[in-house]
Amino acid sequence: MGRRVVVTGLGVVAPNGVGVPAFLDSLKNGRSGIKFIPEYQELNFNCQVAGIPEFSMADLKGYLSEVTMHGLRDSTIGYAIKAAADAWIDAGNTLNGEEIFWETGCVFGNSIADTDSMKRVIGMVDAKLSRKLGSRMVEQLMNSGATAYISGLLGLGNRIITNSAACATGAQAVLMGYEYIKNGQAKRMVAGSNEFVDRYVFGAFDSMRILSRKFNHSPEQASRPLSASAGGFVPGSGAGALVLEDLEFALARNAVIYAEILGGESNSGGQRNGGSMTAQNPAGVNACITKALSNANVKGSDIDLIAGHLTATGADKMEIENWAGALNRYGDDFPLINSVKSMIGHCLSAAGSIEIVALVLQIMHKFVHANINLEDPNQEILKIASAGSIPTMCINKDINIAAKANFGFGDVNTCLIFSKYENNG
Amino acid sequence: MKIMDRRVILDELKKVLLPYTHNKEALNNINEQTDLIKDLKINSANLVDIIIDAENQYNIEIDMDAAEKINNVGSCIDVIIEKMASTN
Repeated sequence: MGRRVVVTGLGVVAPNGVGVPAFLDSLKNGRSGIKFIPEYQELNFNCQVAGIPEFSMADLKGYLSEVTMHGLRDSTIGYAIKAAADAWIDAGNTLNGEEIFWETGCVFGNSIADTDSMKRVIGMVDAKLSRKLGSRMVEQLMNSGATAYISGLLGLGNRIITNSAACATGAQAVLMGYEYIKNGQAKRMVAGSNEFVDRYVFGAFDSMRILSRKFNHSPEQASRPLSASAGGFVPGSGAGALVLEDLEFALARNAVIYAEILGGESNSGGQRNGGSMTAQNPAGVNACITKALSNANVKGSDIDLIAGHLTATGADKMEIENWAGALNRYGDDFPLINSVKSMIGHCLSAAGSIEIVALVLQIMHKFVHANINLEDPNQEILKIASAGSIPTMCINKDINIAAKANFGFGDVNTCLIFSKYENNG
Repeated sequence: MKIMDRRVILDELKKVLLPYTHNKEALNNINEQTDLIKDLKINSANLVDIIIDAENQYNIEIDMDAAEKINNVGSCIDVIIEKMASTN
């Protein structure tokens, strides 16, 4: 038997909870983190609600030195540092040592660097004041800014990668981290993703008319995956991080093991046969899930829980169809399925990692969180999956094996198979 | 113009250097011979930020040629006095 890869640390900055204890409490209680954003009303956006974590840069005191904090303004890098450092500490490590961990690397992804930083640079350069920008702008304009800060803070000496695959970014980062360990290139990987949906990115999505617009006055009801009244997604921000570890390495240092990754797959539908920039080719999704199952050496009938992508658009029904087809499970036989997005919206590149943190917490604490706002399930979806498979209340459940997938612009797919950890050699 | 006392500028420089210096005690004890990088362990990339902050503090412009002369606290004071004299 080859190397086994386990999860030993979690960190999260989510719209409904900063830090694992707060996030876990919100998941169990079905607490929404979606709020009305007055600025979005002033900007004439159709969608005026969003999931913004209750985070300030001051929360990084204790992680970063005052010298490093001075000049660091970038929210998206801030989210990433907080989540990754929390995961590292959660895994039993400490910060600010002088050691270099040559066996530990990092894969952390995002969609775009903070446009507030870009705006600052554009304004100063256009005003012919570039000489006043100082030494700290470039690192905050780089997509790799987050991984640069994380690896420096933790002293990571293995491969350091910044990935970007739209809404599949977070799941893809975890898959890449898993594969580096599985293939023996690293013993440990800090994997995750971060996103700050600023007004510019938000505005561009708003113009596509794919955002929720009918619940601006009841923001907590605005994100409604799987429902008949689902009218678009709610953008969210944040970061999620996991410490992934070679099982033997984890056991040797007496780490607490939260869950195991059995396998996964990442592919594309080629933007053909129904696939496009904004839609998934069903054959690509099917191949991704099927290959993830075979890589993990499990069958469709083994899946206890699907942690869906489920954004609250018309694509939800297609996703359910694709899961049913790939797992060959329909109606009453369809596994339990839930969407964290009902509580936090769609955190784009950060979605996968935050949702994987949620999945690992459900495996650890033996529960399946509710799909909130599911008052009027889409009847077309209920023809494929029974109402009983879509919980609207938190239920206690011992999860053996769960599937997680995220799908992104450009017809990219990633699927991962998780299980609870059992010491069965 | 009023020629500022080197001692006054040195005290004001402590405030300019503060955000870039890990060792606050070493900063309290600086003199004109204190080397910014070797003694205060300031990251060399941050010299740019210190120059920008000093420009704002004294309403002067420190060009790149002048900036290259700065290595210790004394040379920093020299450049500030020179630029204040030529600016005003």
